[in-house]
Amino acid sequence: MEEERKSPVPENGEQQLPAENNSIEKEEKKLPAPAVHLSGSQRRRAAAILEHRRRQQEEAEQQRRLEMALDREQARILHGKRMRRRFVKAALITVLAGIFAVLFLMPIVVTFTNSFMAPSEINANYGKVFETGTNGGRVFISDKVNLKFIPDMVTFSQYASVLFRSPEYLLKFWNSVLYVVPIVVFQLLVASLAAFGFARYSGKVRSALFFIYIAVMLMPYQVTLVPNFLVSGWLHILNTRWAILLPGIFSPFAVYMLTKYMRRIPVSLYEAAEIDGAGEWQIFTQICMPLCRSGLVSIAILLFIDYWNMVEQPLILLNNSEMHPLSVFLSEINAGEISLAFAVAVIYMVLPMLIFLYGEEYLVEGITYQGGVKE
Amino acid sequence: MALSAGEEPAAENFIEDPVESSPEVPAEVTPAGSSSAFGRMLHWNAARTAQRRRAGELETRRSRRKRSSWRFILPSLIGVSVFFLVPFLVVVYYSLVNNPVQHVFVGADNYMRILQNPAFLTAARNTLVFSMISVPLAVVLSLFLAVVLESRIPFKSYFRSFFLSPMMVPVASVILVWQVLFHSHGLANDMIGFFGLGPIDWPKSDYAMIPICILFLWKNLGYNMILFMAGLSAIPREILEVAKLESATDWQIFWSIKLRYLSSSIMFVTIMSLINSFKVFREIYLLTGDHPYGSLYMLQHFINNNLSSLDYQKVSSAAIIMSVVMVGIIALLLLAENRAGRDLES
Repeated sequence: MEEERKSPVPENGEQQLPAENNSIEKEEKKLPAPAVHLSGSQRRRAAAILEHRRRQQEEAEQQRRLEMALDREQARILHGKRMRRRFVKAALITVLAGIFAVLFLMPIVVTFTNSFMAPSEINANYGKVFETGTNGGRVFISDKVNLKFIPDMVTFSQYASVLFRSPEYLLKFWNSVLYVVPIVVFQLLVASLAAFGFARYSGKVRSALFFIYIAVMLMPYQVTLVPNFLVSGWLHILNTRWAILLPGIFSPFAVYMLTKYMRRIPVSLYEAAEIDGAGEWQIFTQICMPLCRSGLVSIAILLFIDYWNMVEQPLILLNNSEMHPLSVFLSEINAGEISLAFAVAVIYMVLPMLIFLYGEEYLVEGITYQGGVKE
Repeated sequence: MALSAGEEPAAENFIEDPVESSPEVPAEVTPAGSSSAFGRMLHWNAARTAQRRRAGELETRRSRRKRSSWRFILPSLIGVSVFFLVPFLVVVYYSLVNNPVQHVFVGADNYMRILQNPAFLTAARNTLVFSMISVPLAVVLSLFLAVVLESRIPFKSYFRSFFLSPMMVPVASVILVWQVLFHSHGLANDMIGFFGLGPIDWPKSDYAMIPICILFLWKNLGYNMILFMAGLSAIPREILEVAKLESATDWQIFWSIKLRYLSSSIMFVTIMSLINSFKVFREIYLLTGDHPYGSLYMLQHFINNNLSSLDYQKVSSAAIIMSVVMVGIIALLLLAENRAGRDLES
């Protein structure tokens, strides 16, 4: 913007100057050739008047140039001011964003650094918070609780005891993996089939069905868990892994996402394959699926976060805490194990963080795709 | 939407085209009548085989596509029906009978009873209050973050990663930090003590929602921000340039142009935040366990506790009320967004 505004000023000046000069010359040419005869003194006076006029015009011209230069200088100063103001604004916004970033990162960083504290230090700092009362409820005792960012002494003793002395945490971690991986893989499988069906041909019935899928997808757990509980009872899979896995696998979220993704594939590709004699299955496996690769990754990441985090389903569908994933188990940590808690927390968030580091673009793409329910 | 219904006459149903001539099949098949989609499909499959036997290879490419599209949908449809749709209908049924053993139809009695149940009312009110507080905050703050990231500042991509990273962190991992922060002698109390406010025992006071709300915002702002950033980048550049040439201020551009174009994003973010705010039970459970302080007793607690005591009537009528409310909210927002969109087009 600034460049555009600055540039016209000198251009205008240069364009107008020659025009002005021309008019002066014209006047000169016009005046010394008068039709009437003039005497010597008259001619001298005329010449003087002419000279005077020219000088006046020159002065005015100089004045104009000076003013223009001043204008330009002023513009430059103004531009500088504006730049400076913009710089200040950008700096302010950056600082603001920085503050937000610190707030956002703080819990993660604190969890991470505290996982290198010695158990004794953890107990000294936070022991008060986690002193257990009855049935897991926490009793708060008045004493200072200070959140420490940097441990006095860096040790790996927390990790050592989690990895070698307390197998139950690793067991729960493994539980989480056993829930999440099959759900992600099979939901994607089922969903890519269904999404192909929805995207390939949409009649009235299919549109209605798709709308039902969206409605199911948007329902909160309060609504969907009651049906899930009932079905698990009928199928006698309550308190088994299947009670978590099966509803997860058939959850319509991936169907919705993939359908949106597949609808953007140009029909001409399918038509070309059809003309070449490809069957529907071939079109699906050899044209549609390869084109959906990045979409599949995005959705897989979104699904992973969702199920890695799950708390509600295991609480309702699994009585047996042996089968609970790590997320539920972490909330049951009590005073005896508080010294390990931060290390367990870090172990639990390492996997999603790694996925985030390598798949952030996919994640952003996935979220963007989720936007816009209508389409 | 390239493959939309526009390609096909809308009235043409998959039942109608190939089977009319076959004698094994009754001439008129109810299009949207009593039988389920699945039942009709079985019926239609039988019809298809019969028809194929007679007509051989005469089927057109289009009908083949139609038929096979159902085959692709089938596994998912069975799963969704078995795990979501059919049990949901059963839940509706349970909410209308006196108990699952006697099956006496009692009409709206269960609903009347649940609407007078103090625990349910508390849970509903708490859930509502939480959503009313956190959803607008989530929408406004994330829009703010998106606008911040849209302006010319350095390290933009880092900031985006930082804001988005809480989304990936399991709540269970950071719950420890929250417990330490909001302990009655923790950092939060020190901070408000600085302003001369008395120490608060956060999880057991009427302010218990504040830590939860902060946790909710912390976790969800990044997600919303990405949606808003996508919406902002979809605004046509020319319009913004014209506005700038007409010397509109940044503020004017934001209010009269960007916000109008963001209306659908705002709608979507609001819906998603609302849905996520109903899921906040997770955070509360991890922070305070099964039976939290009264102001944190949410609908999910109500359903959990009654489901474990197998009180189907309460649970199913509560779930139905919830789902009706949800559908109502979503429909309302869609309507509002439609109106805003039309406003923009004219």
